[in-house]
Amino acid sequence: MLEILNEFIVALRASGLPISMTEHLDAATAISHIDLGEREVFKAALRATLVKSEDHFDAFDLAFEVYFADRSMPEDPHGVDGDAGGEDFDGGETPGTQGGGGAHEALSAEELAQMLEEAMRHGDPEMRNTVAREAVDRYAGIEPGRPVGGTYYLYRTLRHLELDPLAERLLEERRQGAGTSSHLEDRLAKDEIGARIDGLKKAVEAEIRRRLVADRGADALARSVRKPLPEDIDVMHATRDELATLERALRPLSRKLAVRLTRKRRHLRKGAVDFRHTVRRSLSTGGVPIDVRYKHPRPAKPEIIVVADISGSVASFARFTLHLVYAISSQFSKVRAFVFVDGIDEVTHLFDEADDPMDAVARINAEADVVWIDGHSDYGHAFKAFHERYAEEITSRTSVLILGDARNNYHASEAWVVADMQARARHVYWLNPEPESYWGSGDSIVQQYGEHCDSVVEVRTLRQLEKFVGELA
Amino acid sequence: MTTDGSTADRFKTPEEVSARLRDVDYLADDAIASTVFLADRLRKPVLVEGPAGTGKTQLAKSVAELTGSRLIRLQCYEGLDESKALYEWNYRKQLLRIQASQVGSVEGPGWAELEEDIFDEDFLLTRPLLEAIRADEPVVLLIDEVDRVELETEALMLEVLSEYQVSIPELGTVKASQIPMVFLTSNNTRELSEALKRRCLFLHVGYPDIERERLIVETRVPGISTELADQISRIVRTIREMDLRKAPSVSETIDWARTLVVLGRKTIQEEDAVETLHVLLKYQTDIDKARAELTGQRR
Repeated sequence: MLEILNEFIVALRASGLPISMTEHLDAATAISHIDLGEREVFKAALRATLVKSEDHFDAFDLAFEVYFADRSMPEDPHGVDGDAGGEDFDGGETPGTQGGGGAHEALSAEELAQMLEEAMRHGDPEMRNTVAREAVDRYAGIEPGRPVGGTYYLYRTLRHLELDPLAERLLEERRQGAGTSSHLEDRLAKDEIGARIDGLKKAVEAEIRRRLVADRGADALARSVRKPLPEDIDVMHATRDELATLERALRPLSRKLAVRLTRKRRHLRKGAVDFRHTVRRSLSTGGVPIDVRYKHPRPAKPEIIVVADISGSVASFARFTLHLVYAISSQFSKVRAFVFVDGIDEVTHLFDEADDPMDAVARINAEADVVWIDGHSDYGHAFKAFHERYAEEITSRTSVLILGDARNNYHASEAWVVADMQARARHVYWLNPEPESYWGSGDSIVQQYGEHCDSVVEVRTLRQLEKFVGELA
Repeated sequence: MTTDGSTADRFKTPEEVSARLRDVDYLADDAIASTVFLADRLRKPVLVEGPAGTGKTQLAKSVAELTGSRLIRLQCYEGLDESKALYEWNYRKQLLRIQASQVGSVEGPGWAELEEDIFDEDFLLTRPLLEAIRADEPVVLLIDEVDRVELETEALMLEVLSEYQVSIPELGTVKASQIPMVFLTSNNTRELSEALKRRCLFLHVGYPDIERERLIVETRVPGISTELADQISRIVRTIREMDLRKAPSVSETIDWARTLVVLGRKTIQEEDAVETLHVLLKYQTDIDKARAELTGQRR
């Protein structure tokens, strides 16, 4: 057991979870106190001792499924699991079985579909798991030894199950059965069915993962299903799911950042002596001013001007940065935002109007007038336009943030604008979402601009972004 | 309950924790029950994290109730320091003691004697952490909203949390005669230090699943019908799925259920739901959004 635990912890560390020696020992002690047969309890014990942040639960759950799924397999009520597994391997050995491998299955395709419908109709988890098992047997066509994470098999299985029409059908059935059709009930029924179908998807996924572990071993699978933690996702290359994760992670992140900065500000003890307060305190020590009190310092909050490239290549990155800057805008005395592709436009008002920075960011794409000729990045022209219209507004209290990869499509760089900004502003920072090794390759001219910036920072993940913004304020 | 709290275990199995929590009207899921069980066995504090209003503080209270322990609560806030969390010398009393010793005698007691005298337990004001350590009877220590103190202040608690002792320079080390159960709650407004997290078991209390929520509503709201409770938990689930600024918490769900019971509703019609949404949601934009989604009417 300790051996497996050890492997498990190595896998967790590999996916980025900070697990200390003490926590490892705690986990080992913890599992000696519990009944290992109780899977949920076992999982809770490991999670309580090893994972100390909610953000890491997903990574933990995934690893747990991989390492402990097969070993603590729930007792199978129908006793068909062993056979089914065997048949699966038979079918699997000849890749490309088109469901014909199910000839000696207990259930035909129609029976399976029927059972699925029943399971979904009554929300019976027992039946659902059986359906998931059968469906994987029938449709996934798992090929032994292929180093994949299972997503492909999942899609293949789900496609055959035709869940969307099924949901529609069940919903329609409900409507007919209920007679009345208030929108509220309708909505509730829809969510109920949605939840059941999600449950089925999860069951199928778990089933596939279990087969894969049996096939290739936990270590190999853990490597192929490993996902980066939310704060480590590369914004430029994030998939749609990952972007959704990022958006969810962004809100608490900006809240935390704001709290931290407020505190930092309040606790800087550099203010002048507060004479009145000191005298008042001295009364309790007989008029001797032992406890010297200071005024709260009021450090000047910086003004921020964000100039963001929102051309296709870096759009998602610009969104996150704008969002974060705006979410903590209470930490700055003023925030102004400009976006450009080859033309430039101010979008500050969009943030002021919208309640939620995410809405504002969504509106930017629709409303900002940023295209001058062809909608390909032209930093030179955008900067020149900026200089003509807004240069006067940069003061010695302003920090300018320029966001972009500086891939200029071989246009003129007009780097003198950045030099001019630096002369006017307190700081000019360039945030580049590309890895540092790519800078200056191809049409990237970040070096030309970088000469005139206080620093050029690589910001590819939320972690880096948070760090930068924290230092800025 | 055990009489000798220092060695004996409070619970036999996680199921027992769960069952006894249920007796005091707290419905725990597997994770909660097992973590409480382990906290007792491993003698470790539990760090409870999660959205507001999901019963983090209530958990500590319920555990205190079911073990028949006294609940000692330390509410954290910014600027909390040693003298508020651990102990403080009662210097006014010390001053009186010094003055009193001079009254009536030309020669007062020697300095060494006096020093020994005034740094005595009689002059010590115990604060929650020390109080929990010194208690003879079983106690549950609740350190509420630990994320509100500064990072540096967290360090004050480390000795208490890992060794169950407090070092007082003038007195020596005070060791716990019985190991208290310790719960720390956090709303996650900042990252807690690694040192603190390492010493604790971590428990995340999120929104309950639909079945548990229904049971919670039924337990907490007397006189509610199963049908209404079921409907309430389903509507709340739907609302939580929406993209809102603040999703309804369990305590708000309970408030809503109470409201509906007071209004004498047996089932929820669309109008009832819409009219009482403000109990569940606290932002106007959220209310508008939820109303539009539930009734299908766009604004």
